[in-house]
Amino acid sequence: MSKDTFKNTELIQASLKKRYARERRFQFYGMLAVLLGFAFLFILLFDIVSKGTPAFTQKELKIAVHLDPERLGVEATADAEQLQQANYNAVIKASLREMFPEVTSRSEKRRLYRMVSIGAEYHLRDRVVAEPSLIGQTHDLWLLAHSEAAGYLKGQISRDTPEVERKVKDVQMDWLDQLRDDGRTRSVFNTLFFLEGDSREPELAGIRAALQGSFFTLAVTFLLAFPVGVFSAVYLEEFAPRNRITDLIEININNLAAVPSIVFGLLGLAVFINFFELPRSAPLVGGIVLSLMTLPTIIITSRAAIQAVSPSIREAALGVGASKLQTVFHHVLPVAMPGILTGSIIGMAQALGESAPLLMIGMVAFIMDVPGGVTDPSTVLPVQIFLWADSPERGFTEKTSAAIMVLMGFLIVMNALAIYLRRRFEVK
Amino acid sequence: MKKQILGALALTVACSNVAVVQAQGRDNVSIVGSSTVYPFATVVAERFGRSTGFKAPKIEATGSGGGLKLFCKGVGANTPDITNASRRIKKSEYQQCQENGVTDIVEVLVGFDGIAIANSRQAPQMVLSLKEVYLALAKDVPGPDGKLIPNPYKTWREINPALPATEIEVLGPPPTSGTRDAFAELALGGGAQAIPALKHLRGLGAEQVTEIKAAMAELGLPEAVYQAHAESKGAAPKGKDIFKTIAYSVREDGAYIEAGENDNLIVQKLEANDSALGIFGYSFLEENGDKVQGSLIDGVEPDFDTIADGDYPVSRPLYFYIKAAHVGRIPGIQEYAAEFASHRAMGEDGYLTERGLIPLDEEELKQVQQDVASLKRLEM
Repeated sequence: MSKDTFKNTELIQASLKKRYARERRFQFYGMLAVLLGFAFLFILLFDIVSKGTPAFTQKELKIAVHLDPERLGVEATADAEQLQQANYNAVIKASLREMFPEVTSRSEKRRLYRMVSIGAEYHLRDRVVAEPSLIGQTHDLWLLAHSEAAGYLKGQISRDTPEVERKVKDVQMDWLDQLRDDGRTRSVFNTLFFLEGDSREPELAGIRAALQGSFFTLAVTFLLAFPVGVFSAVYLEEFAPRNRITDLIEININNLAAVPSIVFGLLGLAVFINFFELPRSAPLVGGIVLSLMTLPTIIITSRAAIQAVSPSIREAALGVGASKLQTVFHHVLPVAMPGILTGSIIGMAQALGESAPLLMIGMVAFIMDVPGGVTDPSTVLPVQIFLWADSPERGFTEKTSAAIMVLMGFLIVMNALAIYLRRRFEVK
Repeated sequence: MKKQILGALALTVACSNVAVVQAQGRDNVSIVGSSTVYPFATVVAERFGRSTGFKAPKIEATGSGGGLKLFCKGVGANTPDITNASRRIKKSEYQQCQENGVTDIVEVLVGFDGIAIANSRQAPQMVLSLKEVYLALAKDVPGPDGKLIPNPYKTWREINPALPATEIEVLGPPPTSGTRDAFAELALGGGAQAIPALKHLRGLGAEQVTEIKAAMAELGLPEAVYQAHAESKGAAPKGKDIFKTIAYSVREDGAYIEAGENDNLIVQKLEANDSALGIFGYSFLEENGDKVQGSLIDGVEPDFDTIADGDYPVSRPLYFYIKAAHVGRIPGIQEYAAEFASHRAMGEDGYLTERGLIPLDEEELKQVQQDVASLKRLEM
């Protein structure tokens, strides 16, 4: 007997060891998977942040600008219209020549002019229009550097690369070094990036138009998808009879959630643009298309949230004589609301990051002006990222990463809001 | 809650009302079309928007074919005013336009663009002839007995012993792209003409039926191919029609990889893969000169001068088309076209040449400027 017991415990101990080993192994695999996931995330974030950070600063060059009335073609007394039309480009070019008098050949002059952004001309114009008394005077002005020159000043272009293979040539590097040694270069925070629309000059390009476009598009999406989604959920959950038709509807809603987003874009093109003749490239159409895409998500999560409301609440309300409608609107919906909002916010975050369906309805376009309403042509943030990634100019690489950072920032905020609401829901 | 529902409904209705009102008139020029012209058109649009009182035009890159399709859909604020194209409008497209009421079209020649066949700077520069490009990339090539066989070549060395023994791997644009059309026509079609039997076929007119059939038999093509052409054309086909089908087809066995319309992506892939070649517009080669190098084609390197002179064999004209019926209705169309055709944009020292556009010569530019000013109608 005792011998048997001894044998049994030995057996059990041996198998226990195995079981523990198995458990440790499983934990180890799990940890490995998590670590691998984190490693990928870290590499991705590191790549984007390290590429995107330089985009938030801009380089400026201090140039002694002589606002010669003759070159401008206007006097200080000219009216605003004439000041708008004056030749500021010539003034900047002449000022650059005066700073580097040794430059005489045509090709070198062109290289010299290329150090200053074409935007400097328009910035100077705005300044002179605001203060016409500047005309005739010479001032040291900070002018925006061309993206290539800025690339050198930011250390992105090295002298070690053979000259034929880079856009910034040795002479330009010498000029920039000279300016830097004289204290005539500086870094400033890139406000244009947040205040301007798209541009083909990397140093002038901004995300304002895309941000506003995203805002209008999401506003339309929310206005359509949220009420429709929530009321569908309420009806299906609280009022609809359980029969074949409602089953069919339920299956279809679940299927709709898995339809590739580009299909909604095609639908939008065929129905809203070709049939209803709504304008192309407008946030209105984009919002409608995205609301079709987010509707299933909102319906499914809202139904789950309504289902999760304890039946005792309904019964208590009905018990004190509330009507079905009163029960739903006064008791069930308020309790389910945090869950519904969580689902809606996640659906909206999905819509914010979407670009494929917008391709079909013309929102993938070069649009400089910041849209002022839902029918103005506009793009959205993910599309702006796509367009910049596709541009040949090297300066757009950092803009692309910077725009991704902004988009990710918004997504994190929206998801954090969803988590916050869920927490509140759980406490209740 | 009820008030909120009503509010939401009211807002939606208000939005759609605005839309209906807006759709009737537009205050910005709407441009669609080629992704090759897109980088140039956007630069012009930006300068135009900044320096004039007009709104900056909206530009979509839809590809040349897609752009013309939208353009020819009809007249009205919901259709584009201008379409860019990296090839000339086709006769069929012109007729489509006419049928839909787009009768007055103004053609504007912008300049030229070279198509580069490039590889990574880590690898030695490729020296190719058009014939070699054709043999490497066409779907069917003449075999040892002169009959067409599916492309058997796996490595460059099999085509020419002087070339490296690397596998043939070429990244290029998809069929919707104007770059692809032009590449097929200029590089593959050009290369195919170096083969006497194909060149002979190309030169035959529609009336030389027996000669065409004989040439086809020599190439091992069944007579059904001739019938199929006759049917789809609705008339006796020319030798050139059959030549096009043979020469312009790109192989589909994996040696030619469709890399999408994103030329930057091709550049990045070339950087990562020394043995691959890529096909893209000259402007991308110029911007990425430190990463990739253009191959010599028939002994000519793609650069500004060789493309402008026409020495580089794979270069094509770029156009845009204006819907004359919209001029005067939508503000800024003619002014935008004038800015595009101006000396400071399209001229030899213009800002577009800085972006890699190969300009027209002085006389052609003058002619283009006159045509824009008088809105000269296109006849086809």
